[in-house]
Order: sequence, then C-alpha cells, then structure tokens
Amino acid sequence: MDKKLEAIVKELQSKFSATAEEFRGEVHLIVKPENIVAALTYLRDEQKFELLSALTASDYFPQTAPRFHVVYQLTSLANNLSLQLRAPLHGEDPRLPSAAGVYGSANWRERELLDMFGIQFDGHPDPRRILMPEETEGHPLRKDYPLGYEEPQFSFNYEEIGSLKPFAKE
Amino acid sequence: MAHLEEVSVEKFKHLVSERALTGETVLLNMGPQHPSTHGVLRLLLELDGETIVNCIPDVGFLHTGVEKNMEAKTYQKAEVMTDRLDYMNPLGNNLAYSMAVEKLIDLDVPVRAQALRVILVELQRIASHLVWLGTSGLDLAAMSMFMYCFREREQILDIFELVSGQRMMTTYIRPGGVWRDVPVEFEKATRDFLKIFVKRVDEYETLLTKNPLFIDRTMDLGKLDSALALSYGVTGPVLRASGVNWDLRKARPYMGYEQYDFNVPITTEGDVYARYLVRVQEMRESLKIIEQALNKLPLGPVRSDNRKFVPPPRSEIGVSMESLIHHFKLWTEGFSAPQGSVYAAVESPRGELGVYLEGDGGPKPHRVHMRTPSFDNLGVLPRIVKGVLVADLVAILSSIDIVLGDIDR
Repeated sequence: MDKKLEAIVKELQSKFSATAEEFRGEVHLIVKPENIVAALTYLRDEQKFELLSALTASDYFPQTAPRFHVVYQLTSLANNLSLQLRAPLHGEDPRLPSAAGVYGSANWRERELLDMFGIQFDGHPDPRRILMPEETEGHPLRKDYPLGYEEPQFSFNYEEIGSLKPFAKE
Repeated sequence: MAHLEEVSVEKFKHLVSERALTGETVLLNMGPQHPSTHGVLRLLLELDGETIVNCIPDVGFLHTGVEKNMEAKTYQKAEVMTDRLDYMNPLGNNLAYSMAVEKLIDLDVPVRAQALRVILVELQRIASHLVWLGTSGLDLAAMSMFMYCFREREQILDIFELVSGQRMMTTYIRPGGVWRDVPVEFEKATRDFLKIFVKRVDEYETLLTKNPLFIDRTMDLGKLDSALALSYGVTGPVLRASGVNWDLRKARPYMGYEQYDFNVPITTEGDVYARYLVRVQEMRESLKIIEQALNKLPLGPVRSDNRKFVPPPRSEIGVSMESLIHHFKLWTEGFSAPQGSVYAAVESPRGELGVYLEGDGGPKPHRVHMRTPSFDNLGVLPRIVKGVLVADLVAILSSIDIVLGDIDR
C-alpha cells in the first residue's frame, strides 16, 4: 500500500472505526452507515479526495445482514490516490444519509441507487427515480428481480426459484 | 408508460421556482425528440421569456438494463454489452471492461496487444471527437463542419472494419488481449489516415477557431469553474477546459501510455470555446500517440497464452486435445473469477470511464457497474445554464458532449 494512503487508512480506522481490506492493490474500507457522510466530508476536506468517481451498490441476496454494500469510489487528484468506502446495509429498509451535500455528483448517483436497488437516502434533495419510469414496481438491479423471464423450476433448483417467487412476474 | 401531458408540476415542485407555480414563468419540454439533444434526452425548461430559470434533465429513455444483463452472462459474453453503452466509443468500453476483468483474474496482456489497444482507442477518440465537432458545429449552424467531420470519421470506421469486421460494435479488445492480429493492410491504412488528418484538423480550425460568429456564440458561455466541476464528478475534456490537469492516461498510465510522448491540453476559461479548443488539441495529441505506437509496434502474440482464461487460437484446436477442451470449457461454462471487487478506469473521449466489477467465484459477474462519464457530466448542466438563452443551451449541451447510451445504460 502507498505510504500516504496507509496514513489515511490508519486515520480513518481510528476516527470512524473502519475496517480495511486489500484486494488486487485496491484498498476497501468498510464504514458504518451512520459514519459515511462524516468520513466522506473528512476525506474531501482534510485529505483532498476531490472526486467521487463512482457511487454504486452491490446486492448479496439472500443474505440480509448485510444485504447491500454501497460503494463509494473516491479519487484524489492532488495526491493521485484511490480509496473505496463501503457501507454495509441491512436488507430490511435499507437507508443511508445522503452524501449529496458533500459531493454534487452523489445527487444523481443516489437517485440511481434508489431506482435500481431501492436504497433510501435521507435528506436527499430530489428523491425521484432517474432511469426507470416513475410507475415502475420493484428495483431492477436487486438479485431477486427477475431478468424478464422466469427460470423453470426443477427438482434441483426448486427451493432457489421458489424463494424468488413472490417477486417473479407471473 | 407515462404520457408527457400527464406529468404535473406537483412532482418536481421542489426543482422549479415559485413563479412557475403561479404561471409567471413557462415550463417547456425540450426533447425527448429534439435534434439538438444528441439522443433521447428530455430537458424540462422553466423559461422567463427566452431566459432559462431552471433546467431539469430527464434521462433514462435509452435504459436497456445493460448492467443487469451482464450479470446473467459469462465474463466473455458480457463484453458484447459494453459496445452498446457509449456507442461513440465502443473500443474504449471494451478496453475498460477488459482491464477490469484482467485485474480481477490477474491476467497479463502481451505488449503487442497493448500497443494495438492504444492505437485503436486513440483512433476511436478522434472518431468520437469528430462526431462531437460535427454535431456541435451543426447545432451552431455550421453545416459544413458536419460533412467534413463525418468524411474523416468514415475513414476511421473503415480501419475498424478492416481490423474487427465491424464499423461500430467491434468487441475487438477482449480480456487477455485482442480478438486477432491486425491484417497487413492495417499499418498503411492508419498511416494514410495520419497523413491526411493532420491537414484536416488545420482545415477545421480555419473554419472555426478564429471565426467571429463561432466565437460570439461560444465564448464566455456555460462557464464551469473547477471546484464545481470536481464536486459534480465532471471529468475528461470538460474538466480540463476548466483548468484541472487530470488525465488518467498521464496520471495512472495503463496499456503502456507512459512510453508515449504527448501533452494534455488544458485551458482555464471553462466556457464552451475552451472545451472546443481542448478537444481539437486532443485530436492532434492522439495523432502523436498513434504515430509513436505504430512506429514501435512490437511483434509477438496478441493474446495471453493463459489457456484457463483465454481461448486457444483456431489452428491449435485441430491438433491439440487440451486446446479443444479449453475452447469447449471457455465457451460453454466460461472461466471462474475469484471473489472480490475491482475498479478499473480509462480515459474515454468524455472522461473517466470506470468499471466496477465484482466476482463471486463463479463464471458470471456478481455485479458490473459502468461509471459512465456522460452521466456525471450531464448532472452539472442544470447548474451552468441558469440565466442563459434557450439557443445558448444548445451550444452548452453540445459542448459537454453527452452520449445518451452512456448515460442511460
């Protein structure tokens, strides 16, 4: 790990009780959802992470605690560093404080997560769907949302498909 | 589907001024079908006379669920979807996706493949900038720009066809290298293009750079300062026109970009004219890169020989049983990638094109997210068009150079 990045990671670990993981040279920090805005503000103001490169999520259905990881990919132009924050969310009523006040780009990106994963962002200035039509039911990128067709139920996957049943379009 | 006339102002009351509610200002739809929105984009404009009070972009008309579809395909097959995102930059999308897969499975790419990737992606950058130059010229009533730019773009697309068999949806750059080696005619075709294009860029500049009508329409318009741009995640030429020196090819060289000598054009004004200057200079820099890469194009394989991830060449299949097995396994079951997530980014003609790829140990990606530059670049539009005329909005929008396939995914 880069020395500058190591110092930042240590700082975050002590300040926001984050846990760090390293994979293929990337540093991923797991931050509690309630600390995420404070951590982002700290990184932007104190550590020059000016750019929120990507904001996305990943669904670990049928696991529920945590079911989602919201991923913040940050870039520091001044120090040429990358850092990823991940906020684990519980499957029931997933919600996070909005980061739209910290990074402007979070505004649309959070709308996309609301649209695609049904993650609510508290304090978001414009919580509407962004890509799907407003009257869409469900959230397409969730793992329990079928991909336009229903998989045939055989004896070997009876339970797996059955667990998706209430969501599949009949 | 909602019909436009059903949409009431109630839903976006918080986005318009109070005068819109009393009827003092007018709400006007620009798009989804409009020649100047460069695709299917709807802009809801709140107008006071001809001045824009608020602009509310409405995207998603081209949403095709690319990310969801990719989750249902193996790593190799999912790549076909990436061509369809930013259809002005299919090779760049291929590259970003391939780099993410290569990072996830820890695969090396032969040097010849790296150099070919660089040449093709830079050609693609020129082609993309040509479409931008042509259409934004068209938006400002410079009709002939469109004709000239598409003439040269056609020449680039011919090179792509020569190399991959396709003009646009190439899927040529693949995890582990490129599809096949380039044909012998490739070098001559590319050199012919280089020779012609240097003069052609000069011609474009004589038409526009000092043209008083063009300057009147573009200078001091749509000003974007660097702090606002960074906050909104704006990248690429739009960011560099606001005076921020950030180009992933220089900052985090990939595919051997560090061996090529080129400059990153920067202007500080942050207006429409500055973005024009940056992109035109970028085309010249791309030419420099292509020429250097062609001059020292190394010989050797164009695909990794790691048979666990990359299919063997056709010639081997007839004589080697292992090759046949590998081929069969790779195209039926695919290869398994480890659990974990990676983020790989390239500098596309529009900015940072990032791919967040997550594997779950199986042959299909658990999650693919395309961080598309147009999405963030368009997000800043409502902030920079307040107080300008509708006619100028057209110029600002085209200077951002959005591709709707890139936004809606």
